[in-house]
Amino acid sequence: MLGLIIRSFQYFLIDTWGVEAWETVASDLGLPYAGFESMLTYDEGALDRLVDASSALLRRPRLSLMEDLGTYLVAHERQATVRRLLRFSGANFFDFLASIEELPDRGRLVLPDLDLPGLVLTDLGGGAFRLRCFSPIAGAGHVIMGLLRAMADDYGALVLLEHLGAEEGSDTIAIQIADLELYEARPFSLGMSA
Amino acid sequence: MNKPMNRAALSLAPEAFDHLMPLHLCVDRAGRILATGPTLARLLPQPVLGRPLFHVFDLRRPSGVADVAALMAHAGERLRLALKPEHWQPGARPIPFRGMAIPFADRSGLVVNLSFGLGVVDAIRQFGLTDSDFAPTDLAVEMMYLVEAKTAAMDALRGFALRLQGDKQMAEAQAMTDTLTGLRNRRALAQALERLSRGAVPFGLMHIDLDFFKEVNDTLGHAAGDHVLRRVAELLMQETRAEDTVARVGGDEFVAVFPELVEPARLDAIAARIIEVLSRPIPFEDKTCRISASIGITSSTAYDRPDIARMEHDADEALYASKRGGRGRAVTHPRLGPATAERRGG
Repeated sequence: MLGLIIRSFQYFLIDTWGVEAWETVASDLGLPYAGFESMLTYDEGALDRLVDASSALLRRPRLSLMEDLGTYLVAHERQATVRRLLRFSGANFFDFLASIEELPDRGRLVLPDLDLPGLVLTDLGGGAFRLRCFSPIAGAGHVIMGLLRAMADDYGALVLLEHLGAEEGSDTIAIQIADLELYEARPFSLGMSA
Repeated sequence: MNKPMNRAALSLAPEAFDHLMPLHLCVDRAGRILATGPTLARLLPQPVLGRPLFHVFDLRRPSGVADVAALMAHAGERLRLALKPEHWQPGARPIPFRGMAIPFADRSGLVVNLSFGLGVVDAIRQFGLTDSDFAPTDLAVEMMYLVEAKTAAMDALRGFALRLQGDKQMAEAQAMTDTLTGLRNRRALAQALERLSRGAVPFGLMHIDLDFFKEVNDTLGHAAGDHVLRRVAELLMQETRAEDTVARVGGDEFVAVFPELVEPARLDAIAARIIEVLSRPIPFEDKTCRISASIGITSSTAYDRPDIARMEHDADEALYASKRGGRGRAVTHPRLGPATAERRGG
C-alpha cells in the first residue's frame, strides 16, 4: 500500500488529536516518529495496525475514525491539495458525484501505485443515489462518506448521507441531495497561481 | 480530414456553436468577423465584431495566407495563430492558439475553431477561466488537474529526497566524528590525507601523543580522563586554523594536518605552543589534572611525492624520538631538513 494513504492517517492523528497521540501510537507499534513516507510502499497490514492502535488509544470506534479521516482530507488546511484535486472533478456537488466513479483513475493518472476504492454510483432519481465502494481497506466506505460530507460542505450543498452497511468487501452509502446551493461554496479557481 | 460524405447540410443555431466551440469565430467571405464564441470574447479587451480576421490575428502557419479564399484552401488543416499585440489584455502574456478552419456549406465564409493547446494552463491562470468556459468534451480541466497533481507528487518526492539527503549528511558527519571529543576520527583523517595527497597543496603533519594521561585515568578515574580529552580537543581546535584537520586516532593520540603549512620553523613553533597550552593544569571537579604532550612532525615537502603511509610512519618515528628525549617536546623528522628542531615545551 502506498505510504501516501497511511501518511494521511498519520497526519489526521497529529492534526486532530495532537502529536502526542501520534507519538504514543508510533512507539506502541515500534514506528519511527517521522512515520510513513508518501512515496514508499508498506505492507498491507500497516494501515490496519495504525488505525487499530489509534482506536484503542483514543477510545473511538475504528469506523468513526475512518469517517473523520475522510472529512479531514477535504477540510483541513494541511490537505489543501487533496481538496483542490477533488474540486477538479466538477463545478458543483452534482457534477462531482456524477464523475466520482473516475476517482481511482484520476489517482492512478498521477500515481500508478495509488489504489483508491472502486466506486459505482446508481442514480435513483429525485436527487437520490446509491454509492457502492469496493476496497480491501476495512472501513474505506466510511472514509468516502466523510469525504463526501466535507465535499458537500465545500460546494455549499445540503446532502444527507447514510452508511447502509458493508458486505463482501463493499460498502453502500445512501446519498440524498436536498439542496445543491444552500450555502456559499468555498472559493475555487482552476488556475491556482503557481 | 476524411472525405466529405454525401449528407444534407446541417444547420445549427449560433448558441449551439457557442456551446460546442466556446473558442470559435465566424468570418464572412470578405474576412470580417461575424461572431466570436463566449470564451474567445473573454480573452479580448474589446469586441472585434466587424473587424477583419487578419487584423486581429497573426496567422503563423501555414504561412502566406492573407485572405479567406487562401484560408479555405487550407480547410481542415492545423493552424497556428496568435492575437496581434493590440488585442492583448493589458499585462497578459500572448497566448498561442491552434485552430482549424471549415467553410460554411455555401462557402459564404468560414468558421475557425481554436484551442489553447499546451498554453491552456497559462490561459486559465491569466484569464481566470472556469469549467463553464470550456465545452464539457474539452479536457482543459483535466489538464489543470494533471498539472496540479503532478506538482504535488513532485513536491512529495522532492521532500523525500531532501529528507534522505539530510539523513545521509548526518550519518556521514557521525561516521566522521569522534563521539567523545567531537574531533574528526581516523576515517575522516584518512579521507583528508587521501585528498591532500592527490592535490598539489603541500601540508604539514603532526602526530600528538598525550603524556601522563594514563596517570590521570588511573588516579582520578575515567570521568576525569574523558574530561581531559574533551579539554585537549578544545585546545587543539583553538591552536589550529579552520582549514586544518585535527583527529583523535587512538585513546590519547591525535593527528593534526596543516594544508600549506610546511616550513619546519613554523610547524615547530605551533607544536611548542600546543605543548605549552596542554601542559597547563586542567581543573576537574575539585581536582587538578596535569598532562603534557609529545609531538612528531613531518611535511609533504620532504618527499618526492606525498606518500601518506611514509609520512605517518615518519611522524610516528619523530614522536617516539621526542618520547625518548624526555616527553613534553616536539621533534621534526630528519627527512624534513638537516637541522632537526628539538625544543622543550612548557
